[in-house]
This record gives sequence, C-alpha cells and structure tokens, in this order.
Amino acid sequence: MGRLDGKVALVTGAGRGQGRAHALTLAREGADVVAVEIGAQIDTVGYPMGTPEDLAETARLVEELDRRVVAVQADVRDQAALDGAVEQGLAELGRLDILIANAGIWSLAPFWEMSEPQWNDMVDVNLTGVWKSAKAVAPHMIERGSGAIVMTSSVNGLEPGANYAHYIAAKHAVIGLMRSVALELAPHGVRCNAVCPGAIDTGMTNWQGAYDMFAGHEGGSREDLERGGRGFHALKGAGILSPQVIADAALWLVSDEAAAVTGVAVPVDAGHLLMPGINAAPVE
Amino acid sequence: MGRVDGKVAFITGAARGQGRSHAVRLAQEGADIIAVDICGQIDTVPFPMATPEDLAETVKEVEALDRRIVAVQADVRDYDAVRGALDDGVAELGRLDIVAANAGISELGIPTADMDERSWQNTIDVNLTGVWHTCKAAVPHLRAAGGGSIVITSSGAGLKGMANLAAYVSAKHGVVGLMRTLANELAPDFIRVNSVHPGVVNTPMVQNDAIYRLFRPDLDEPTRDDALDVFTSLHALDIPWLEAVDISNAVLFLASDEARYITGVTLPVDGGFFVK
Repeated sequence: MGRLDGKVALVTGAGRGQGRAHALTLAREGADVVAVEIGAQIDTVGYPMGTPEDLAETARLVEELDRRVVAVQADVRDQAALDGAVEQGLAELGRLDILIANAGIWSLAPFWEMSEPQWNDMVDVNLTGVWKSAKAVAPHMIERGSGAIVMTSSVNGLEPGANYAHYIAAKHAVIGLMRSVALELAPHGVRCNAVCPGAIDTGMTNWQGAYDMFAGHEGGSREDLERGGRGFHALKGAGILSPQVIADAALWLVSDEAAAVTGVAVPVDAGHLLMPGINAAPVE
Repeated sequence: MGRVDGKVAFITGAARGQGRSHAVRLAQEGADIIAVDICGQIDTVPFPMATPEDLAETVKEVEALDRRIVAVQADVRDYDAVRGALDDGVAELGRLDIVAANAGISELGIPTADMDERSWQNTIDVNLTGVWHTCKAAVPHLRAAGGGSIVITSSGAGLKGMANLAAYVSAKHGVVGLMRTLANELAPDFIRVNSVHPGVVNTPMVQNDAIYRLFRPDLDEPTRDDALDVFTSLHALDIPWLEAVDISNAVLFLASDEARYITGVTLPVDGGFFVK
C-alpha cells in the first residue's frame, strides 16, 4: 500500500529535474499526477529549459508506474493556464489533494548590472508563479476541507548568495508567502510548508554558468560543480545532491505522517545552513 | 519492508507519552529498541512522572511487534547510568543507529522572578544537561556504526518565548544550540543531528492540573475542558493538541534514509504553533 493511495497531486516544473522526481515519487506512493511544465525558453535564462519532450517523458514514466497522468504545457506566470490545468486535472482525475509548487528558474548577474527583464522574469516565475499555483488549487482544497501544499524555496530563501539577488529575493519571499498561506488555509484543514534545497544536480545547475560560478572563474567544468557541491555541504560524501532527496522530503510533508506540520521551512541541504561558512575540509 | 529495518534506536523517557510512542513507531518499522526512563518522581515536577510499570508496558508493546528491546531504569541526569545502560543495550543488540533524546520534565508555572533554585536546576539538568549526556554516551556507538541520526526533542517553546515557564523555555532553546553544535561536529562522521519542536501534545506532561492552571490563570481549579479553547488558540490548525504519534512520525522520518541529507534542522511538528 502506498502512502498516497487514491490522491491526486499537481506538480509544476514537472518536465525534468526536481519536478520529475516529485512526480515519480508521488506516483510511486499511489498518487495520480497533473504535470505542468512551461516547455519553452525564457530568454533571460542562460541554460536550456524544460521542453515538451521532457514533459512527455515524465508522463510516460508516471504511466509506467501504473498511475494516471494529465500533462499540461502551461506557464506558471499565466493564471488562466494554471486554472485550466486544475480544471482539466479535476475533470479527468476527480480531485486534487497535493500541490508541489516547484517551477523555478535561475540566472546570474551582479544586482547593479541586472536588467529589468531579468529581475522581472525571476520574480514572476519564482515568486508570483508560486502564488498563482497556490491560488489555482486553493478553492478546491478549501471546498474539500483538506490538502497539502509544498512550495520550493531554497537555502537561498534563508541566506543570501552573491550575484543572483533576484533569486534570493524571490526565494525569501516564498517563505513569507508559505507562512501566510499556511495561516490562511489552516482553518480549512489545508497545510502548507516549504522545502529549502541545497545544491541539487538538475538542468538549472548543470550548465556553464553554474560551472563558472563554482569554479570562481570562466572556463569552469562539471568537475568544478561537483567539487563545489562537496564544499557547499557539511555531511560526509555529500556532493551536489540528487533531486530525489528533495522529493523524499516533500513526500513526507504531503503525507498523513506530517498531518500536524504546517508553516514550516525544511532545509534539505546536507548541513549547509548549519555551517558558519563553506566546508573547507569536506570528507569524501 | 520497514523504513528502519535492522537498526537499533536509543530512546530516553521511553516509559510513556512521546517516548513510548517513539519506541513503538520505530519498532513497527523494524528497529530494535534500547529504552531508558527515570521511572520515579522529581519533587519539583508538578505532575506524576512515569513508573516501572509504565516502562514494562513499553517493553510489552515493542515485544508484541516481534522486535527486541532492552529497557533500563536510568536518570538522564546521571551520565554514568545513561552510559552504562546504553553500553549494555548495544552489547546485547549489536549496534546503535538512532537516538531519540526525548526525556523531559516541566516545572511548576510561576513568574521567573519568583522561581526557586531547585525548580530551575532540575529542569535544566533533565531537559538540557540530560540531552548532552544522552548524545555524549551515544556518539562512540554511532561512529562505530559508520553514521546515524540523533533527534533531540525541543519544543515550540524552543523557538518562541512563553511566560511563567523560564527554566523549561530556556532549556528547550538551549538544546537547539547543542543540536547545531553537534550537527557541525558530527557531519564528517555522517551522523545527522536535528530537533523536533512539538506543539501541545496529548501526554501526561500536558494533561494535568498544573498545566491547566498555567494556561488558565484566571480560574482557581481549571479543568481539561477549561484549557481546551486556550490550547486550540495556540495552533493554526483547528486542534487543541497533537497525539504523540504525530511526533513519532517526524522522528521516524528524520531517523530514516528519506532524510539522509537533512541535518542541523529545527523541525516544528506543531499544528501551526510556530507560524501563528
């Protein structure tokens, strides 16, 4: 018996990376899935974003687990598209118990050189997109008197980092949003929490810009990213982490085992936040 | 297959309440248990503490799940007793993977300026120093196992202030500092250390006249019913209290491989006490 038998989850950014890990983990535990993915490029983002083919692959993998899936290409900046995805999910799957508001982007620039479109795209996707996602599912969850929402923040929702002020601001803001949503939905029996990932190995981090940041210079490599991951984390052997570790934490948060947990930001960061700085002597 | 199959868990304050619930929940998921409890009264504690019969009941419930348990009467204020009980338990069960530093008391609710020395000292000795003793005794065994998970029971009052319970609130804040220190020191050994922060939990430490009086100072002899609305008002979710198993489910998660990269974290399990 799965821990989410008979439930239905909506996951944004489900085409690949953490979103796909969420979709497959929830499906493995018995949930049907509404998978939402932009499947298009935003031009201020320097790495290739999820594609329609990625979304189709997630859908195929969910079906391989004998769960039903409704795959919708939609942009979290577009409320009507999200409302449509919820409507389609309810029509085909009958209910909605879980939201994983995961869709997010990342880009780099010193804040004084950041362009307005770069700032606005970030805040629109990483903050306003989370609000719109929660807004899309809230009426149904309120009506049913139950539900669980997990918002993807970041360790950067709790501490700063240089050269991506828009991301830091948006991820901090998601914590404030999460606490407000938790408070407002508590009387309706709906819970809301956040996960705060450390350095995770996804399409958002596995590209030249991230290699260079971890290397500290241009011409960085995948090896620099992996070495940087080890320095970023405290736990022995914890390099850049698998998306599965975030999906495992979200699974617990949306399951009945966390029935009394709401309004909480859970770091899943191999001890990054507990260190005073970086790990100068990581244990391999 | 259980989520902590083949592991051994050390639980303090295991005779009843949250401690017994941890023992049973971890045993349900495949762990053997080393259980200690004071099984006796501390005279500044304004409610009856656990008895040897309570600890025997925990043994019975774990054994009914076909798991092994070593149960010893020991006071967490006594390092040698804790160390001895744990060493014996590990000798018998073979290893140690999980620690639930749960044993805790509360003093009589009273304005801080009026609190007597012994009430303060006993609460600090059990709720803070007792946790240090528990972790200190456990670290060599966790290192020998090549890693492990320590879960320290703090409280909603470990993250927020509260009137008229100064020793309890201070100790519960204090274990957060201890948790963060240990998490830093033990990360190279892959020993994870986290704290849980319960809201009001339906156990004998809460369901007693002294606590009803703390929350209803306006009444001479408040009852459970009188305290109900105040307890409910503390949580964002519409509940007066949580059940012990809600905390056990969080301990189980933190102890399991599903939380393998979670360390140094303060986790409220509180029905929205912290967010409110």
